[in-house]
Amino acid sequence: MPQGEHIELHRKRNGFRLDYHEKKRKKEARSVHKRAAFAQKALGLKAKMYSKKRHAEKATMKKTIAMHQQRDNKHKAEDGAPQSAVPAYLLEREQVDRAKVLSNTIKQKRKEKAGKWEVPLPKVRPVAEDEMFKVLHSGKRKKKAWKRMVTKVTFVGPSFTRKPPKYERFIRPSGLRMKKAHVTHPELKCTFCLDILGVKKNPNGQSYTQLGVITKGTVIEVNVSELGLVTPGGKVVWGKYAQVTNNPENDGCINAVLLV
Amino acid sequence: MAKLDAPQPTNVIIQFQSDTGETVGPQLDVPHDVTPKQLETLLNGLLKQEEKLPYSFFVNEQQISDELGAHLLKNKVSVETALQVVYQPQAVFRVRPVSRCTASMPGHTEAVLAVQFSPDGRQLASGSGDTTLRLWDLGTQTPLRTCKGHRSWVLCVSWSPDAQMIVTGGMDGALWLWDPKTGNPIGCCKGHTKWITAVAWEPAHMALPCRRFVSGSKDTSIKVWDAQTRRCLMSMSSHTLAVTSVRWGGDGHIYSSSRDCCINVWDAQEGRLVRSLKGHGHWVNTLALSAEYALRTGAYDHTTTAPSDPKEAQAKALRRYEAARGGRLERLASGSDDFTMFLWEPATSSKPIARMTGHLQLINQVQFSPDGRWLVSVSFDKSIKLWDGVKGTFAATFRGHVGPVYQIAWSADSRLFVSGSKDSTLKVWEVSSKKLKLDLPGHADEVFTVDWSPDGSSVASGGKDQVLRIWRQ
Repeated sequence: MPQGEHIELHRKRNGFRLDYHEKKRKKEARSVHKRAAFAQKALGLKAKMYSKKRHAEKATMKKTIAMHQQRDNKHKAEDGAPQSAVPAYLLEREQVDRAKVLSNTIKQKRKEKAGKWEVPLPKVRPVAEDEMFKVLHSGKRKKKAWKRMVTKVTFVGPSFTRKPPKYERFIRPSGLRMKKAHVTHPELKCTFCLDILGVKKNPNGQSYTQLGVITKGTVIEVNVSELGLVTPGGKVVWGKYAQVTNNPENDGCINAVLLV
Repeated sequence: MAKLDAPQPTNVIIQFQSDTGETVGPQLDVPHDVTPKQLETLLNGLLKQEEKLPYSFFVNEQQISDELGAHLLKNKVSVETALQVVYQPQAVFRVRPVSRCTASMPGHTEAVLAVQFSPDGRQLASGSGDTTLRLWDLGTQTPLRTCKGHRSWVLCVSWSPDAQMIVTGGMDGALWLWDPKTGNPIGCCKGHTKWITAVAWEPAHMALPCRRFVSGSKDTSIKVWDAQTRRCLMSMSSHTLAVTSVRWGGDGHIYSSSRDCCINVWDAQEGRLVRSLKGHGHWVNTLALSAEYALRTGAYDHTTTAPSDPKEAQAKALRRYEAARGGRLERLASGSDDFTMFLWEPATSSKPIARMTGHLQLINQVQFSPDGRWLVSVSFDKSIKLWDGVKGTFAATFRGHVGPVYQIAWSADSRLFVSGSKDSTLKVWEVSSKKLKLDLPGHADEVFTVDWSPDGSSVASGGKDQVLRIWRQ
């Protein structure tokens, strides 16, 4: 290891070698050929690693070139005007531009009465009971088999306490309990992480609804108060329904679409 | 032993004082259970008025709403010295609060962006995102005329103070003049390169019939136009960012606010920059003049009559303007994106009288009451605040809206005002009790614009749900 900046010092005192820049230029010019030769010659893991590294380099290079070119490209003039009309005092303020009237609680209530929704996922795969529950054996000789463990994601209320083991027929494991859902608003096209208020309907059956089981296609009620939706009466809407679109037990999170 | 819990003196010595500080009558010895009503009778006698006028009374800037003794006890006012009771005259007429929606008038095919009643309160015009201006018949509450001409949204609508013309400013940068009788276009003023943000007419007491108006635009310029020839008379461009609001003051000045954080005062005759008011730290959103209501209505008073002779009408407009000023200089209030407001006296100084802080979000609109005594500010923090219009001290906060508040409109008697909000409701508030008077739900979406007719009979509102609603008692 060199102990001092000898070369720098020497250069400071005496200047570069006379052929330094020439040699450097040539070496740089030659380096592409050298690299190509190596790439052709290399075998096995070395070749794999090298080509991967080279691929990444090329990708970043392309990105930078595109970035530089963007300056010269012609763009469509952005006037910043939203699609729907807004007054002068709201122009150029950052706003979510939504197309439709949002407050339609009357419609929701009517549907609720009929017990039907037009949902994004009209059909779901039926879940069989032995997939939903795992039989737990209890008793001293493990010969009793009346206990079930829910193998899907569940929602339990905030004040939930488990029953004593003797009476607890269905165990809802705490690792599979979820409180929040990622809810997408289909018109705003944005997603919010909202609190779950309850399970409205599990398409697999009433008993699952009562247990609070959340599978794909389940309609849940979420707390939308932070979205600021308002009823025609001027009250803040805070509960709205959403349908689950993924398999929460596989993914570890709940994704849902708001029903509007 | 005497009663311990009865330290209330039976009599209080008071001294009446007008709001400009002159004392009226001798010091009076009044019982502690005197009510504002009785004080009013007393004062009317002292002032030797023929007919009884309504007054409101203030002790240390707190309005007396119940018995004097109870008020003093509640606010812990000392009665060792003679009590200064400040009286303020109230409007002789009373506007009844609107309570129901009498008409919802569809017609616009896009959001309604601007609504304004004519100065005589007999007609209504609304501008919309569907590029039209519509005139409505207030008697039958039906559409009257559709005025087509703009190429893009109609952003602002302004009636001339003599009710003979309407000017509209559009997203396309053009200004159109309309005849409200027939709905025909009078002409088009082109010159701005970007959209129009604000329009204001020359006050009626300076020129009648009205000829000149001023427009502010996103293209940073302010232009003064002649309505007869449709020519640009002056173009002022010292702002460096979009102009947000323009006002034509009663003493021959034009005020403009801009997003470059300044408020400029211009001479209306020569277009000279008189002074620049600096103080805001962010965009200035809105301006309000203390006598704005009188300037808007011109010669029309609350009975919606005006002399037919232009000379007389001009004199009456001047009288109304002087009355609205109340012997003081014209005051200007500005609200900004830095969550504060300033109160200025732009005729004399470029230093503010007061800085008003308290809002937690940007201030979208400020408005003086028609008598210039109160100032109301609305903000995106969902609250409305009431301030003293002379000193700029804080008076009250009105909470109730669940979304950002966009606009307010005062009733002509300065006792009530109505606010429109993003939460799709209108709310009527009372100044004296500082409380919510009425809640008016009905709109299906955001309320963009609201106006109270100068005769006080109705409120019009429009918003994103494309219907225009009329609210009445």
